[in-house]
Amino acid sequence: MIPVEYYIILSAILFTIGVTGVLVRRNALIIFMSIELMLNAANLAIVAFSSVLKSFSGQIFVFFVIAVAAAEVAVGLALIVEIFKTKHSIDVDQMNSLKG
Amino acid sequence: MHLSEAVNTGYFFLAPWLVFAPLIGLLINLIFGSRFSEKGIGTVASLASGASFVVSVLLAWSLASSHGAAVTVPFLEWIHIGALELDWAFRVDSLSTTMMLVVSGVGTLIHIYAIGYMHEDVRFKQDPGRFRRFFIFLNLFIAMMMILVSGDSYLMLFVGWEGVGLCSFLLIGFWYDMDTLGRPSWANSNAAVKAFVTNRVGDFGFLLAAFTMFWALGSFQFDEVFEAAHTVAPGIIVAITLFMLIGVAGKSAQIPLYVWLPDAMAGPTPVSALIHAATMVTAGVYLITRSAELYMLVPQAQYIVAMTGAITALFAATIAVGQYDIKKVLAYSTISQLGFMVAAVGMGAFVAGMFHLVTHAFFKALLFLSAGSVILGLERGHHHLAHGHHDDHGKSGGKAGKKKESQHKDEEHGHDGHEVFDPGDMRNMGGLRKTMPVTFWLYLIGTLALAGIVPFAGFWSKDEILLDASLHYPTVYLLLSIAAFFTAFYMGRQIWMVFFGEARHEAAAHAEESKPIITVPLMVLAALSLLGGALNLPFEGFHTLGHWLEYTLHEVEALPLNLQVAGISTLLALLAILLSWLIYGRNPLKAGQPDPLKKPLGFLFTGMENKWFVDEGYFAVIVNPFKKLSQFLADVVDWRFWHDWFHEIVIAGTYNWLSTTALNLYADQKGIDAFANWLGTATQSLSAAMRKVQNGFVRSYALSVLLGVVLILGYLIVK
Repeated sequence: MIPVEYYIILSAILFTIGVTGVLVRRNALIIFMSIELMLNAANLAIVAFSSVLKSFSGQIFVFFVIAVAAAEVAVGLALIVEIFKTKHSIDVDQMNSLKG
Repeated sequence: MHLSEAVNTGYFFLAPWLVFAPLIGLLINLIFGSRFSEKGIGTVASLASGASFVVSVLLAWSLASSHGAAVTVPFLEWIHIGALELDWAFRVDSLSTTMMLVVSGVGTLIHIYAIGYMHEDVRFKQDPGRFRRFFIFLNLFIAMMMILVSGDSYLMLFVGWEGVGLCSFLLIGFWYDMDTLGRPSWANSNAAVKAFVTNRVGDFGFLLAAFTMFWALGSFQFDEVFEAAHTVAPGIIVAITLFMLIGVAGKSAQIPLYVWLPDAMAGPTPVSALIHAATMVTAGVYLITRSAELYMLVPQAQYIVAMTGAITALFAATIAVGQYDIKKVLAYSTISQLGFMVAAVGMGAFVAGMFHLVTHAFFKALLFLSAGSVILGLERGHHHLAHGHHDDHGKSGGKAGKKKESQHKDEEHGHDGHEVFDPGDMRNMGGLRKTMPVTFWLYLIGTLALAGIVPFAGFWSKDEILLDASLHYPTVYLLLSIAAFFTAFYMGRQIWMVFFGEARHEAAAHAEESKPIITVPLMVLAALSLLGGALNLPFEGFHTLGHWLEYTLHEVEALPLNLQVAGISTLLALLAILLSWLIYGRNPLKAGQPDPLKKPLGFLFTGMENKWFVDEGYFAVIVNPFKKLSQFLADVVDWRFWHDWFHEIVIAGTYNWLSTTALNLYADQKGIDAFANWLGTATQSLSAAMRKVQNGFVRSYALSVLLGVVLILGYLIVK
């Protein structure tokens, strides 16, 4: 049995990678993927705790997260497609027309 | 208390029409008068006044048939405050009906006369538009006088008292924009103001009397006051009666407040006759008679009243001797005769006073209206003359006309060189007996009645006063006898100057007799002056007025004829007339000649001529200091102190400093304004700084979120 710390560390590493990806990349698709990475890092941590605590609620929660993430991706990708159609680019640094 | 059950019998229910008949006449003329002709307006007004007379007659008849018991006709609730209950009720008793009959009777005759008089007066003064106004005022006067004499309480009486004062003011100042000769000036309106202000002084006395009455006796209603008067200290009654005397002195023109009455002659002649001779000025005599029960309680006050009247009678009679204006002589004569009445009621001879009031109303109205007829006659003569010249120019061309004109001019210069013809100046008259015979005979009847010659009305009433005085007050008797002598003398002087001798002015030579509308009312008055004495002859069984008034006055002394007193007074009157003939009749005054009394009497005549300088004295003692004080208050206190210093410097200066410097500069600009501005700039700079955060880069927002999360988590963990 692998100790739970390993899962947590892996989850933290994945999350950090996701955060870094969101912060440093400009391509909207990559940012999306990084967000997915963070969500899955969180899922991993939840499932890990779930197995440790012998509770199914964590695993049910993860299902919800996955479902919401799927919906979010659908909306997000649709937005990206529309933005690309108008601006012929998905560079988030060029999407700054809402600045104050 | 007399109960008012009798209201249901007789004609007592008509009492309010005394007041409302003239008021309706007034309203008709006020609203529709502009569509009526002069005759129509005069007819409406005369009918309204006549209706009042009819009501008075019916009331007197009802009263006589119910054996003279006083009747109170309630009409309106007026003021009910706490203990004060004031109602407008009509009191019908023998005293008030006597006054009603005189006021409405003489008033109606004067209304009719005024139709003729005012037609010519407005013509000579070139403003026919005032005809209607005159009759409206005249009807208002009758209504107010009726309120005065029919009031059931002192306050209702006061309402009428003030009302007639107002009418007097309006009518004295009727030709308010000119003087008596028709020249533009404020003389007439000044006379009106003088009358009003002088009367205010008297009214103040009346008010004090009324307030004292309510304070001490708890009521204004006549019967209640008389009943309560027996229960309080005599000192209070003395105060009430003497305050009342001030009111009487104002309204009835007694010393020291008589000065307004001669000036009141500025009003049209019917006004002088109605208001300033026959009715309004007798209101004071009525007031004292009405308050008889109060005066009877305090002999000291009675003595003061009697002396005031007697001194006024003599004083005014002496002034009348030195006057040249036909109406001024009659005005001073009125003051003098009012003095007789006040002296009579002061002595407690109420019947004699009322008797003289009634006869005086007849013969003085007659004299004034005849004087008006004389003035109109001269106006006509003057008018005729002016037009005559035009005709001369047209017809004979040049010479004759010019000659006459220059002659005429010379004549005018002869009369003190004044250009304006004064139709009221007796020095312009003379010889009118031939040109105005009807007026002459009427005037003669009035004169004989006033002078007190048997059997004219004035003889009987004056004799009754003198008889009472000789029995109770020797000083008053002496003063009144001398006054009676002067009365006969100045009336004789007037007759000789006006109607005898030669015309001293072209206008007098061409004077024309008046029309019947003017002379017929005079004939009625002349008949009354001739026969009015029959009201109260000093023989057993003929004290009609005495018995009539006894219902109201209770204690009436019916005196038989005293041959000694009557003989002395008649002798004095005849002597005075003889003396006046010696001075003015035997050698008639020539044009431009000074009064023949001037030389022998010297400064005395100057005094009489100038009214003993009383007006000047009042000016020096009261009016001028008052004006100076007003000037001082207005200029120094009000303008310089309050306005220039206090208002401009202290208040406005402080306020300006406060607003410009303290509040504006420091509090507002540097305080509130600065803070508000700072708030604005601070917000601006803050937002400028914060705007940099909103750079629109998604990744920097994400970094912010991350940092936030790290901070919050860090805090939670460290905690």
